[in-house]
Amino acid sequence: MSAAVEAVPHKSNDWGLWFRQIRSIFRLEIEKNFLGRRSILIYMIALLPLFPLVIFALVTPPGREWQDINFYHQFYANMYNGLIMRTVVFFGSAWIFMNLFRGEIVDRSLHYYFLSAVKREVLVVGKYISGLVTSIILFTVTTVIAMLLLYFPHVYSQSVRFFTEGRGLLHLLAYVGITMLACLGYGAFFLVVGLFVRNPIIPAILLYGWEWLNFLLPPLLKKISVIHYLNSLLPVPIYEGPFAVVAEPTPAYIGIPSMLGVTLLVLILAAYRIRHMEIHYGSD
Amino acid sequence: MSASNQLIIFDDVSKFYGQILGVNRVNLQIAPGITSLVGPNGAGKSTLMNLMCGLLRPTRGSISLLGIPTDQPEQLFRKVGYCTQFDSFPRGMTGREFINAFLMVHGFDRKRANELSHIALERVNLLDAADRKVAAYSKGMRQRIRLAQAIAHDPVVLILDEPLNGLDPMVRAETIALFRKLAADGLHLIISSHILHEVDMMSDRVVLLNNGYIVAEGNTHRVRDEMEDHPMQILIRCDQPEKLAAYVFEQSHVVEARLHEDRRGLFVKTRDADRFYLMLNRAVAEGELNVETVAPIDDDLSAVYQYLIGPSGGSA
Repeated sequence: MSAAVEAVPHKSNDWGLWFRQIRSIFRLEIEKNFLGRRSILIYMIALLPLFPLVIFALVTPPGREWQDINFYHQFYANMYNGLIMRTVVFFGSAWIFMNLFRGEIVDRSLHYYFLSAVKREVLVVGKYISGLVTSIILFTVTTVIAMLLLYFPHVYSQSVRFFTEGRGLLHLLAYVGITMLACLGYGAFFLVVGLFVRNPIIPAILLYGWEWLNFLLPPLLKKISVIHYLNSLLPVPIYEGPFAVVAEPTPAYIGIPSMLGVTLLVLILAAYRIRHMEIHYGSD
Repeated sequence: MSASNQLIIFDDVSKFYGQILGVNRVNLQIAPGITSLVGPNGAGKSTLMNLMCGLLRPTRGSISLLGIPTDQPEQLFRKVGYCTQFDSFPRGMTGREFINAFLMVHGFDRKRANELSHIALERVNLLDAADRKVAAYSKGMRQRIRLAQAIAHDPVVLILDEPLNGLDPMVRAETIALFRKLAADGLHLIISSHILHEVDMMSDRVVLLNNGYIVAEGNTHRVRDEMEDHPMQILIRCDQPEKLAAYVFEQSHVVEARLHEDRRGLFVKTRDADRFYLMLNRAVAEGELNVETVAPIDDDLSAVYQYLIGPSGGSA
């Protein structure tokens, strides 16, 4: 018997081994994709909302409404919805999660994983977790810094009171939680798209359009989207315009488990796909 | 352990890429030792190797390696190492990091992974360059680092797709010696190569492929013996080739005899090499001839390849 067989004892349900393998895949993915030159774009996307906010912090805003903290609540909710959630998290997740497998197919290096003694389902979990941790760290940091950069420079004393005595911290945690859920949901979607579609840009654009047009959809169709559930969780409701079809927000106790359930199903689909996947670099 | 647990078994395996044939109706049983897959480009060698490792799935039939089906990578790659032809690597890694990383994906802890990668790098003579980025390696070094990665976890079956490509003559010789040592240790080595004389030199058996079909398999000499359509050619260097020619023409199994240009030898074509050698022994024993050398000139893989696949078959 070879040394390999002795060194890595194998049982059909070896949680310890799987955990070690997931940790190794996680570390490898982080080093490959998020600490190299390739990751510059994702950092740029994450920093996107912060550039205008830094400039905004340096100038005195016109109008008396900018002296009222309630205006900031609404402004941040709209900014979070339009810029952070729909743009930064959406495209950031698309870039991160589609590249987990599709990027390796393009680079012709996926076979090294497939030629390792690792269950392909474990590979999916390891890669998904690496994408999830990266996206959550990057985009929650963006969410927090953006909020603080908006509030503190111009209404400092009101902001201090809001975050220490008022509902500021709860708002902040709610936005962070929504960002995490968005990473989870969009991440699973883009992971699976990267596995099934050779050019994942097209489904990404289609989903982007669907999510943007969500405000026009009838209530039943609104529920076939990620943005509807995320918007339902916003601590400050947003105004979607005069043409918006108004629908009841989905309560958190339904919305969150639904999103987690759908994410799990999508990951099972991804695992099934990877289990049966062949390596055909020539045709990719 | 049952006999099938020591074999690589292809049971009526076919692989189609849509309408295009990869391999068809392959039935093979491969025992330990060095087995070479030989054939022109597009013959199906890489397809067969990718099927063996589960990178491709058969359209029909089944494959098992040492009793393990190929759709169970978590078990298969504890015993199998595959050095593919894909000349690509994960970005930004040194040679050592590359081997370490995938050993850890196997499940080895960092310390053991370090030990195993050091041994593997030493075996392919790449320790000096181990801490340089793979992207800066020459083609030969990339070939060797892939080989090191394939052998690092100490597999029982080693599958190597064109492993000698890009290696300089010195390293080729060292690598062939390494293959021989691994085979002597009881490993299965499945090697594809275009370089027939090297294949011939190191293989215990060959599998000849053409257009997705197995044309012949087994020991080269046995395959050659079975090719009755192509009489064996033998060159006999002796002092009286004319006398020998007259003698051999009396034999029914000899179909052609021709004097060498320097008139110090005779080319003979025979349908039964064993009977010819007996006859020659007799002639020498009776003192009728002084024979310097006797050498079959088409009892090698190149000749077998030429006869079965033809001169247009790839770059061989």
